[in-house]
Amino acid sequence: MSENSNDATQEIGLAAADARPLFQLSLMGKVGVGILGFWILVALVGPFLAPYDPADFVSDDSFGPMDATYWLGTDYIGRDILSRVLYGARLTMSLSFMATVLAFLVGIGFGFTAALAGPRTDMVISRIYDAFLSMPTIMLGLLVIAALGSSIPVLVITAGLIYSCGLYRIARALAVDIKVMDFVEAARARGERLPWIITREILPNAVVPLVSEFGLRLVFSILFISGLSFLGLGVQPPTADWGVMVRENLGGLVYGSSAAFVPAAAIASLTVGINLIVDDFSAQRGQEIAEEMI
Amino acid sequence: MWLVVLRRLGLGVITLWVVSVLVFVGTEILPGDVAEAILGQSATPEAVAAIRDQLHLDRPALVRYVGWLTNLLRGDLGMSLAANMEISEMISGRLKNTLVLAGLTAALAVPLALGMGLAAAMFPGGRVDRLVTVSTLFLLSVPEFFIAATLVLIFAVHLQWLPAITYSTEYESIGQMARSLALPILTLTTSVVAHMARMTRAAIINVMTSPYIEMAILKGVPRGRIVLRHALLNAIGPVVNVVALNLAYLVSGVVIVETVFAYPGLAKLMVDAVTRRDMPLVQACAMIFCSAYILFILVADVLAILANPRLRHPK
Amino acid sequence: MQPLLRVENLRVEARVGPKRYAPIVKDVSFAIAPGEVLALIGESGSGKTTIALAALGYSRPGCRIASGRIFLEETDVLSMDRESLRKLRGGRISYLAQSAAATFNPALTIGEQVTESAVLHGIMDREAADARAVDLYRRLDLPGADSLGRRYPHQVSGGQLQRLMAAMALCSSPDLMVLDEPTTALDVTTQIEVLGAFKEIIRDQGTAAIYVTHDLAVVAQIADRILVLRGGDVMEMGDTGQIVTNPAHQYTRKLMAATRPPPRVTGDAAAAEEAVQQEPPVIQVKDLTAGYGRITNGKAAATVLWDVDTEVKKRSVLGVIGESGCGKSTLARVVAGLLPAASGEVWLDDHILAGGVADRSLEELQRVQIVFQMADVALNPRQRIGDILGRPLELYHGLKGAQRDKRVAELLAMVELPGSFSSRYPEELSGGQKQRINLARALGANPEIILADEVTSALDTIVGAAVIELLEGLRERLGVSYMFISHDLSTVASFADRIMVLYAGRVVEDGSTDDILALPSHPYTQLLLSSVPELRQGWLEDVTQSRAALAGIAREVELTEVGCPFYPRCPIAIDGVCDTTPAPYREPVPGHRIACHREIAELTEFEREG
Repeated sequence: MSENSNDATQEIGLAAADARPLFQLSLMGKVGVGILGFWILVALVGPFLAPYDPADFVSDDSFGPMDATYWLGTDYIGRDILSRVLYGARLTMSLSFMATVLAFLVGIGFGFTAALAGPRTDMVISRIYDAFLSMPTIMLGLLVIAALGSSIPVLVITAGLIYSCGLYRIARALAVDIKVMDFVEAARARGERLPWIITREILPNAVVPLVSEFGLRLVFSILFISGLSFLGLGVQPPTADWGVMVRENLGGLVYGSSAAFVPAAAIASLTVGINLIVDDFSAQRGQEIAEEMI
Repeated sequence: MWLVVLRRLGLGVITLWVVSVLVFVGTEILPGDVAEAILGQSATPEAVAAIRDQLHLDRPALVRYVGWLTNLLRGDLGMSLAANMEISEMISGRLKNTLVLAGLTAALAVPLALGMGLAAAMFPGGRVDRLVTVSTLFLLSVPEFFIAATLVLIFAVHLQWLPAITYSTEYESIGQMARSLALPILTLTTSVVAHMARMTRAAIINVMTSPYIEMAILKGVPRGRIVLRHALLNAIGPVVNVVALNLAYLVSGVVIVETVFAYPGLAKLMVDAVTRRDMPLVQACAMIFCSAYILFILVADVLAILANPRLRHPK
Repeated sequence: MQPLLRVENLRVEARVGPKRYAPIVKDVSFAIAPGEVLALIGESGSGKTTIALAALGYSRPGCRIASGRIFLEETDVLSMDRESLRKLRGGRISYLAQSAAATFNPALTIGEQVTESAVLHGIMDREAADARAVDLYRRLDLPGADSLGRRYPHQVSGGQLQRLMAAMALCSSPDLMVLDEPTTALDVTTQIEVLGAFKEIIRDQGTAAIYVTHDLAVVAQIADRILVLRGGDVMEMGDTGQIVTNPAHQYTRKLMAATRPPPRVTGDAAAAEEAVQQEPPVIQVKDLTAGYGRITNGKAAATVLWDVDTEVKKRSVLGVIGESGCGKSTLARVVAGLLPAASGEVWLDDHILAGGVADRSLEELQRVQIVFQMADVALNPRQRIGDILGRPLELYHGLKGAQRDKRVAELLAMVELPGSFSSRYPEELSGGQKQRINLARALGANPEIILADEVTSALDTIVGAAVIELLEGLRERLGVSYMFISHDLSTVASFADRIMVLYAGRVVEDGSTDDILALPSHPYTQLLLSSVPELRQGWLEDVTQSRAALAGIAREVELTEVGCPFYPRCPIAIDGVCDTTPAPYREPVPGHRIACHREIAELTEFEREG
């Protein structure tokens, strides 16, 4: 960067103003895109490529090794792991996607309302969300499942509502920040009504910061749902869900079987991939993803 | 300043109360009849009547809530439906286990995380920083059972150095305790260290972009002093906050680790309670977790207030 | 004598893309003798701050010192190793930043920060440094010198922090001090005192200084030599006296003209007054009391304006002048309907305007338009210029499609910008261009009056002067009136027909520009007038003596409900009267009001002597 060793950029290491356009990713970001793209592809076409039916008992060997017939081995009752992983991708991705979309609609809806509707509404909604934010997420999930049982709609809605909390805070803060900008005042002074102000003045400026939020919530939802499935309180067997698969095959771990490891690695690769993209995105804007991870 | 602290404490108490209402409501919103829902398939008329009686379901919800709350405040956590034991008895042993695990993990993780975050923030963009950033991102993203499974595969199966599950919590020696708890502690450490290290780094770097830091450079203050004296003091708030959040997590959220390693802690107790729909036990565990969570955040907030010179020395 | 600092062919570049650099300082050379004050004058982008920082061997992130040499006596600053450079900073060369926020760490005590460099570089030990600090506090007229060191920055007032910055820079007895726009952010009345304090202490300590600023008049008071910069090049360099009286370069002339534009005095006050009185009023403000927070009993929780009475006639410009906290922006917002009044009325032509925007008719909104100070945030970054300008056309006049685009092109031409701008985004425009778009948007509505809230305050002097010219031209062509709000008296006096002076939310004086600039005036107006530096050397000395008689030290404005707000600072205040009863309005001549308990004759006499 500079031949002169007294360049201040090296002085204290503060990042120099980069002229990178918004959507250009670093190497890590690109790796993330690759991984995510791979799994989306699998979710779409996986089931057509699966060599076996995920529910079939194809082998007499439980915890069979990875060989030519069963590329990823067999699970604890002799089903093909590869097929189950391929089917599971679709389930995991669609459930977490739906949960995240729900979280977005609810969180942003309430967040904007609280910021724009006046101090009383703001206080009421914020207090409610504060109470929910004072409860650890897994525990909240357990509470709901204790009451309502663990069906797929319950899982998705619970995850969606829980993760709307963080989004609420962020959306509200964004709206508050934007609302005091002079161009919003100018719109008000012109006589624009609230709906116009929200859609044409505020929303376009809130989109970019919220993009990385989507990725983060997606990761949370994946971890939440698979975590609950792992505990036996999420998706129920015999459905081929990755979290359930880890649970089912955990016993084989002590005997050196990688059957539990494979679905866990699938989840890990997906979440790492998404977070690589999110991290790259938010680092460009000077943010830190750990801030959002409550 | 003390007024601010007092107000914060008051807010904590109110939040706790609101949470108790939520917990109670949450466990009472069972679809259909409460007693039948709890018993599920084993809902014989006699069993249903027995549950009804035990839970005082004939009384209105408000009365039951007040009764439950007053009992809680007196230390009476109620009776477990499934085990038919006093909940306080069931919990005490588990609570001790959970606290031991949390305490040891914290003792290891917190200094490690703070050190890593500081080291990374000292030379942003440098080798240490890149290493810390990439590794923490990875650790933050993966599910805990993945880390646990990996560690078990390596240390218990291949190397055979450590046991894969906790066989008992009666330890004969420190060495035995260390070996028994090593994998759970290691698993937990990896996830909380990642979070805390990242936030520490971010908080310090954030402060480093403040204008008075440039002034310090122009005054010829050496880098070490800038980070440790000028920046750190201003970064205390967010750092303490993240440490508190993670401590709270160690006490209330370590369900997966307890399950993988069969560690008899509080979180596992709650999961079992949920599976068996043992409502009183679920409620009791939930209240303990929430209280711990709120307590830790409260302490963090109060520390941040105390560390703020604007509040310590008002105009 | 050997120069203290020698800069030779300095070139600094900024990064504009991966591996691409553009020069921001092109080829600058100058020298400073020991004890001499050299001013670097220029607008934004001139490179003045960059050069000043380079003297410390520092360049901001994203910039690099590409070539050139800098010598501090014998030392070659640019080729020093990191450690020696660090010792140099805060030692032989020190830096004084633009604001207290950019200087002081809120978590450390003042004393620790003031003595930090001196102690760290081993120039003196802790005790000696503390003693020197206290000595400097005394010389800078700071109260409570002994205990100041133990306090935190937030416990000390803004004006005091400014002086503390000087103490910090001088603690290590540097050979050279770099002052980076140290008085720019201050109110005019505060600026004078701080300037005086700086000048005295610099002379006293025998330090050489580089004084960076955009204000020629300020610099004429304190600098021995001046360097005029533009776009990274040196336009002119010479002794202050010579430059101020007879500038050689055309750019310097332009700068001087823009800095002190001639006031709009017609010489014939009576006739001017007559002419204005003929026109009907567009906006009238009657007994307006307004503020923020809940409104009870005709007062707001935090009342900012009290009993304001004024009007703006057709085709005329009302200048509203006051310092920070006087309520001038609040006035604009109330008239625009963005803030409801607690009591009183705003009239448009012949009817009362509703307090809130939501209750006003579209026509009423169209006739009164407001333009904000910060053009950056007044334009939605996600909208194209064409859409921004088109919106009022759609909203008020129902224009769409080709008609709309045509009118947008007309508006752009009106503000002297090319038609191609309509497809651009705000971030592609400069500050001055953005402000013109702001104006064009207001014009699109075809308003009768434009409320211009500090529209040139954030712009460079020359750019701002061009905007004022534009406003004037539009007034003549379109017959639009203005309420022109500013803290800069000379700008207001050059543009407005009538001026209203606000202090702590009350109108202390109003009248035609002629009347305001002449005697008699309200003591505060006098203070303001005497605080604006003139473009000549020696003005500061002349004025300091007479000002001492005029008013107490600049203090933060205190809002009172009772009595005259200027009472705490007024040299001719009457105890028992001025602090208990609101001042009555006196009229020395018709159309000119002064709020004062003193009789006009007393006032005139006092002011003539001073």
